[in-house]
Amino acid sequence: MNAASLKELLAQIPDPEIPVISIADLGILRDVALGEDGAVTVTITPTYNGCPALAAIEDDIRARLAAAGFEKVRVETVLSPAWSTDWMSEAAKEKLRKYGISPPEGRLSGIAPPQARGGLDLHRLTLFARSVPCPLCGSENTERLSEFGSTACKALYRCLDCREPFDYFKPH
Amino acid sequence: MSNAHFEYVLRLGDSSLVLGQRLAEWTGHGPVLEEDIALANLALDLIGQARLLLAHAGTLGAGSGKEARSEDELAMQRDAWDFRNYTICELPNGEPVSHVGSSRDYAFTITRNFLYSAFQVELWRSLEASSDRALAAIAEKSLKESRYHVRHSADWVVRLGDGTEESRRRMRRALELLWPYTNEFFAEDPLESELAAAGIAPRSATLAPGWKRCVESVLEEATLGVPAATPFVSSGKRGVHTEHLGHLLSEMQFLQRTYPGAQW
Repeated sequence: MNAASLKELLAQIPDPEIPVISIADLGILRDVALGEDGAVTVTITPTYNGCPALAAIEDDIRARLAAAGFEKVRVETVLSPAWSTDWMSEAAKEKLRKYGISPPEGRLSGIAPPQARGGLDLHRLTLFARSVPCPLCGSENTERLSEFGSTACKALYRCLDCREPFDYFKPH
Repeated sequence: MSNAHFEYVLRLGDSSLVLGQRLAEWTGHGPVLEEDIALANLALDLIGQARLLLAHAGTLGAGSGKEARSEDELAMQRDAWDFRNYTICELPNGEPVSHVGSSRDYAFTITRNFLYSAFQVELWRSLEASSDRALAAIAEKSLKESRYHVRHSADWVVRLGDGTEESRRRMRRALELLWPYTNEFFAEDPLESELAAAGIAPRSATLAPGWKRCVESVLEEATLGVPAATPFVSSGKRGVHTEHLGHLLSEMQFLQRTYPGAQW
């Protein structure tokens, strides 16, 4: 096995919180390197600093590699460049939608930081002003219930047409 | 230098840790379910920041001839006088009263979150350029979270400030009580000067204008007005604390103090 096939193996690991997408889809899995002595170094990045799933992901990585015969494993966490929902593939976004989670709208790169817009706009970021479509019925007639949802990476919304509550994966 | 460097990173890590613990006290007691969840998420972000910062501080302590200490040792096995958090972070979740303890007050909690997260945004932005590359990476990561914290709390400052007579009364009271503690953010002490000279930290006073712009515009929209400046400067970052910190730590550290190194 080479580093590329190891990466393919690890790319199949589902995210512990959102099992329909993999850690590769999410952009958490950054790099896999295979040393001459057979040691594997896996580089991952957290979505949010306090994300409790990161420890579970590390365990899953070790378990997959152990099953493939690799016992010498180092899992390194890198912070920079900071994880962004920009790294999520379109295919992953579609999987999220089918699962009932509205995927992040728009891209963050190239958007000026909030303070460049003047103080008053700080809490009315245009980034967030776009309507978030309901993943179930597609209606854009939705409202935000809370900035924070079931996990740090999601916000809680409600569809005003089909009346179903849903999670929105926040642009980050 | 390395001791000053250690102390500085400790200030940032302890501030995140102590405020994270305070916000976690709301878990199960939020005014509405959505806000209960929001505060738990905010606490999680702050504790995540604290873990990174304290782990980094632990490696810097080693450079000053002391043994490297883990994030858990730093969080769980130091006494109040060894903590270096800003005083505003350790105040209770409601108006502090003369005896220890207080009622929970959402206006007070939200106002503190707003004043502090707006400061964190300025601080992380500056620290992205720190010559300490590990600290710069933590800042880059944390900035995204703190921006979201400002957005959450600013919404509430406006809603409660420009809300009912009661919510407005509480917001005014909270602001009056908390405002003097913000002086500590910008009052540079010799340690911060030393770090600024080394290119590790910004000059504290340079963080004030951006913070003021953000805070004043939101307070204005909330029709609360900006409180008058006061000369008082709190001293938590130098290790001189209010009586509230010891009580917070006694709860937070209980298990590790009773069973040191316990894991489960």
